[in-house]
Amino acid sequence: MSVVELARPIEKARATPKGPRRRVTAWHRWLSPLALLVVWQIASATGLLPERLLAAPADIASTAVELTQAGTLPTAIGVSLQRVLIGFLVGGTAGIVLALVAGLSRAGENAVDPIMQALRALPFFGLIPLFILWFGIGEEPKILLVALAVSFPLYLNTFSGIRGVDGKLAEVATTLKLSRGQLIRHIVLPGALPQTLVGLRQALGVAWLALIVAEQVNATTGLGYMINDAREFLRTDVIVVGLLVYSALGLATDAIVRLLERRALAWRRGFLA
Amino acid sequence: MATRLSGVARAFGDRVVLDSLDLVLGDGEFTALLGRSGSGKSTLLRALAGLDHEVTGTIDVTGSVAVAFQEPRLVPWKRLLANITLGLDAPVTKAKEALAEVGLAERADAWPLTLSGGEAQRASLARALVREPELLLLDEPFSALDALTRITVHQLVLELWARHRPAVLLVTHDVDEALLLADRVLVLDEGRIAHDVSITAGRPRHREDPELVALRTTLLAALGVSPEGRS
Repeated sequence: MSVVELARPIEKARATPKGPRRRVTAWHRWLSPLALLVVWQIASATGLLPERLLAAPADIASTAVELTQAGTLPTAIGVSLQRVLIGFLVGGTAGIVLALVAGLSRAGENAVDPIMQALRALPFFGLIPLFILWFGIGEEPKILLVALAVSFPLYLNTFSGIRGVDGKLAEVATTLKLSRGQLIRHIVLPGALPQTLVGLRQALGVAWLALIVAEQVNATTGLGYMINDAREFLRTDVIVVGLLVYSALGLATDAIVRLLERRALAWRRGFLA
Repeated sequence: MATRLSGVARAFGDRVVLDSLDLVLGDGEFTALLGRSGSGKSTLLRALAGLDHEVTGTIDVTGSVAVAFQEPRLVPWKRLLANITLGLDAPVTKAKEALAEVGLAERADAWPLTLSGGEAQRASLARALVREPELLLLDEPFSALDALTRITVHQLVLELWARHRPAVLLVTHDVDEALLLADRVLVLDEGRIAHDVSITAGRPRHREDPELVALRTTLLAALGVSPEGRS
């Protein structure tokens, strides 16, 4: 194996998952994380790493099992997942609808885009105090923060996707006598889809981030609450379990989008492979 | 019936590309339009295709117009058959027949990006012809093809033309291609039709045909190229 390995296109790498060299490399990649885990466990066992700073991996694992059996963890996951889902649906719909309005007509662009660009400059975590004043400390401010965070990547990517559709295909649509509705349905929307899916992945990433921030501030349920509550009692094991669940959920939603991408963009596979 | 253009003009800024141009294209006539690069031949074709909204003058086209562009311009996210039927009310069987006519019946389910250049160009012809146009506009559709593929696609275009009999306007910069395919060859220069010659030779034609040899010299001279300069 060469010392310097250049980045290669992800799609290409995925297209050739088999072959002996590839399998050996995949196995090698597990070595260093495992080693780190072992060192961590030893450090905890010898008292080098005190539990109030970071619990041992074995303790974290058993805590995860306990929390699951007691029902605390599933309930917390359910609550957090629901917040992300609703926020994502609300924000995603708003972002895409606004992108369609702005993308499909010059008047729509003039109406929507300046506002969206201005709002985008706002640090949306800074809005939390206002949201609390407006919506109290119930579910609404959390869901709305997620929705707000999600709407921008979807808006920006869908808008630029629509505007980036090949003008030559629009000419084809003219010569094929497509109506405006047909042009949008057959050329513009499918043409914007790859960029929208990029936006979708960004949006999901930022959705979890927004949720974590929202749940830190004032929550009585959910994963964020579980983590905050654990801090009060110096339960670093519970905190780590919560963090691991956050990242697992993030990875899971990302995997769903990738699956979606592979199905929706099947027409590109031919030339990417 | 015919397609009539009168007083057609188009300028890009100060540069006049079409200057009060008059032209009549007969029904079922195969016309080739030659011109130096930048002479406005594509501008004229785009005007006829309804793609240029700033052109002035009268363009009178009876019946439908279809276009095959230089690049095939298939919609990449639609399988081949869906590309042929795009915007068409006709039944699917007709689109399948059109694909069969260009030898692509087997590729109906293929994604456009998996086609070779020649296949994609043939598909583009099928998409144009399935609309049964009275006027078929060909914008240098052979120029991106390799020499061998070009010969077969030339033959295909002649066959399709003989069968469907649309009026054809072929924009090209290749004098030999024009002589091989067309009934009539036009040279566009300084915004007008500078030369208009008819070809009487029957098909299939051979490059050595005395009529074609003589016309080649004339046309090359009209395009500002001396034949002696060519190997």
